[in-house]
Amino acid sequence: MPLNTKTDARLQSALRQWGAHDHRLLQVLRAVQTPAGYLSAEVLAAVADSLSVPLAQVRGVASFYSFLSTEPVGDFRVQFSDSITDRMDGSAALLDKLCRLLWAEPGHVAGDGLVSVATTSCTGLCDQGPAMLVNGRAIGRLNHARIERISELILARIPVDRWPAELFEIVDIVRRRDLLLKCELEPGAALTVARRLSPAELIGVIARAGLRGRGGAGFPSASKWAACAAAPGPERYIVCNADEGEPGTFKDRLLLSQHADLIVEGMTLAGYAVGASHGLLYLRAEYLFLRDGLEQTLARRRQAGLLGATAAIPFDVELHVGAGSYVCGEETALLESLEGRRGIPRNRPPYPVTHGYRDRPTVVDNVETFCAAALVLLAGAEAFRKRGTAQSQGTKLLSVAGDSPARGIYEFPFGVTVRQVLQAAGAEDAIAVQVGGPSGTCISVDEFDRQISFEDLPTGGAFTIFGPTRDIFEVARSYAHFFAHESCGFCTPCRVGTSLLARVVDKIHAGYGTRHELAELEQLIAVLGKGSHCGLGHSAGNPIRDTLLRFMPAYERRLASADFAPAFNLDAALAPARRMTGRDDPAAHLGEGS
Amino acid sequence: MSQTFLLDGVAVPFQAGQSVLQAALAADRYIPHLCYHPEFRPHGSCKLCTATVQGRLVASCTTPAAADLVVHSDTEELRALRRTLVQMLFAEGNHFCPSCEKSGSCQLQALGSDLGVTTAGFRHYFPDRPVDASHPDAWIDFNRCVLCELCVRASAAVDGKDVFAFSGRGLSKRLIVNSPSGKLADSLFAVSDKAMHVCPVGAILPKRVGFAVPIGERRYDQHPISEQALADAPRAAGEPDV
Ligand SMILES: Cc1cc2nc3c(=O)[nH]c(=O)nc-3n(C[C@H](O)[C@H](O)[C@H](O)COP(=O)(O)O)c2cc1C
Ligand code: SF4
Ligand code: SF4
Ligand code: FES
Repeated sequence: MPLNTKTDARLQSALRQWGAHDHRLLQVLRAVQTPAGYLSAEVLAAVADSLSVPLAQVRGVASFYSFLSTEPVGDFRVQFSDSITDRMDGSAALLDKLCRLLWAEPGHVAGDGLVSVATTSCTGLCDQGPAMLVNGRAIGRLNHARIERISELILARIPVDRWPAELFEIVDIVRRRDLLLKCELEPGAALTVARRLSPAELIGVIARAGLRGRGGAGFPSASKWAACAAAPGPERYIVCNADEGEPGTFKDRLLLSQHADLIVEGMTLAGYAVGASHGLLYLRAEYLFLRDGLEQTLARRRQAGLLGATAAIPFDVELHVGAGSYVCGEETALLESLEGRRGIPRNRPPYPVTHGYRDRPTVVDNVETFCAAALVLLAGAEAFRKRGTAQSQGTKLLSVAGDSPARGIYEFPFGVTVRQVLQAAGAEDAIAVQVGGPSGTCISVDEFDRQISFEDLPTGGAFTIFGPTRDIFEVARSYAHFFAHESCGFCTPCRVGTSLLARVVDKIHAGYGTRHELAELEQLIAVLGKGSHCGLGHSAGNPIRDTLLRFMPAYERRLASADFAPAFNLDAALAPARRMTGRDDPAAHLGEGS
Repeated sequence: MSQTFLLDGVAVPFQAGQSVLQAALAADRYIPHLCYHPEFRPHGSCKLCTATVQGRLVASCTTPAAADLVVHSDTEELRALRRTLVQMLFAEGNHFCPSCEKSGSCQLQALGSDLGVTTAGFRHYFPDRPVDASHPDAWIDFNRCVLCELCVRASAAVDGKDVFAFSGRGLSKRLIVNSPSGKLADSLFAVSDKAMHVCPVGAILPKRVGFAVPIGERRYDQHPISEQALADAPRAAGEPDV
């Protein structure tokens, strides 16, 4: 069946913008699917044809990303953000209410194709939740009044473009500024400093500053840049990781909306340092509302001679938008996604610094890392390394969310204790903090003197606070479902293990759990940690591991056989399971803290 | 003198470009594996070949061999891990061995018995995966697919047909067929394809073949997979070309 003229026009315009190349597949699919539309069999076939890609591969990509749909969705596609903080802010009741008002059922199209209501992973608006996306556009601070307003607009079939602008207003709340957020960049100023240095000298300055990656892993940035600069290749690439998918993180959102010049400046000087003239910025689909602003920044910089092939440092940046997949924040999955494929993490070695985007030497860095690099040039390596600790130089942006009267972005020098952050956020009564999101660490009260730093508690930026009334089991359960939903499915331990983990905590939640289930959790956590292919699987068991150790009563009181003697020894209870699985290694034992 | 690394305390020679698993097999040392096939570039997804290399757990099929590496494979920790992985694969699909033509020649089943998997371990998912019997000469029972990607790789690299791909993600990941209808009959697939013959389990089978080899005399009935895999391993080392 031929395409209708409107769809065909969209396809032609997508092909003009992106070119008819197989590695543009994802961006073309994004462009041909209207915000409220879906990718019909005809569209998929036309795309396969135009890009000379096997149809099954097109289907494979379309079905990998949450925001692409191969089934009809409503004219109004409503996706409630389903982060634990959205739930704490009452998202479930609001979702129910909207469904009732619209006669809709979650996960189904209602009203003769009028609307579909579903949930999606954290949309990065935890400082102003509950949040949702309507046809890809973010709405925060949901409450009953807003839900009623939204249902009226939908029932009246008012196109989203004509909805009141204040619904879509996203506020950036900065509660504490330090070196980075105080920096007022005169566009081009860091590049002027950079150009007085040779590329090797520039890398030397970054090394002297001690800059380490802000995406979570903390890899020394100068080593990464130097390795990329030294790798042979006709072309090199700089990739800015703006996928920010870790539930509870939203600090890159602030940088992308308020400090875009600083980001691009950092990317440009990275390009100068490694000899790359191409940059790619991968923006998560949930942040689509930031795209126009970013494009404007790029355009302004091109006009000012700071960006582009003829700029003093010849370097340009292309913006790619993701399509709803957490694993695409993993740097090699991100490269796959940039190349238009399913976001499956690659085998390493080789590493991106030698074989990255399109097999060329590539630097992949977090948004904040590029900002910090520009800051190092502006403020000087010494001023930069004066902040922080011995192994964690500079400052860190924290996305403070959850049970705090003062949510928002806090910039602290590395080394700040959890307690100090809680004090600043007016949340001294917290019972737990999830540092670094579900893939990070959940700590309890007796550990609040630990430090935010690479040597103690590393974090990509999430700092989610749980107050005295929270049920920590439910927190862990929500995270377990997050990982099961986001597993790419490549490797056995994570594909099956994350799902089993979610199923077991659901069973415990339903009151059917026994000690056998606790043992099964243990076993799954071990297999995920040992066998998984990438960081997603490696850390997928963390929330349950941490909460089993620190909040065992939250599990115990749900067990079907909860009336056992209070001196219940969990480790002894695990002995039969250990025998069954033939294990006796340290990870098969629960520690003292439980 | 060729260089060596240590596998469970014994020196294993290797050549440049070989992975730890390839070198081990060529040297008559077995490490369990499922998604690895000697004729194809290693994929690294099933994780059965996981070994401790320099103290880190990695897939040995994708880890390049290097001089003086210290590798451990035959440990109780790793045997337990592999048993669990096999149980996970059984739980994920629908494997009714007694009625499967591949029984006895199936690598998943053979691994299970060789590794001593005696219980189901996990409650099975019993997913709904309809069979594709559209093709005149072959049929696909998706219920048995372990997502090793061998048929995908074979069809793309050897047959040049791209008949197979994957859709979905996480537990919803499925093998799909490249044709407008999604049916095998409408694809370029032929029984002479390499993709027809690489499936380690009973997911892609020829039609009209039943009990040609009686049960009890099948491939892994004769020798456990740990012996058979060594017999199958290429001795002349070198990187596979596809
Ligand atoms: C599952 C997963 C998700 C990730 N998501 C992100 C992300 O959203 N943003 C990010 O910067 N890094 C993310 N990372 C880390 C990246 O792989 C990579 O380490 C980082 O982009 C490197 O940049 P940096 O050195 O500047 O930190 C993720 C890693 C994993 C395993
Ligand atoms: S660990 Fe999970 S996300 Fe990572 S490759 Fe394996 S299945 Fe994919
Ligand atoms: S059909 Fe067979 S060869 Fe193909 S992916 Fe499934 S198990 Fe592997
Ligand atoms: S054989 Fe190595 S991961 Fe499958």
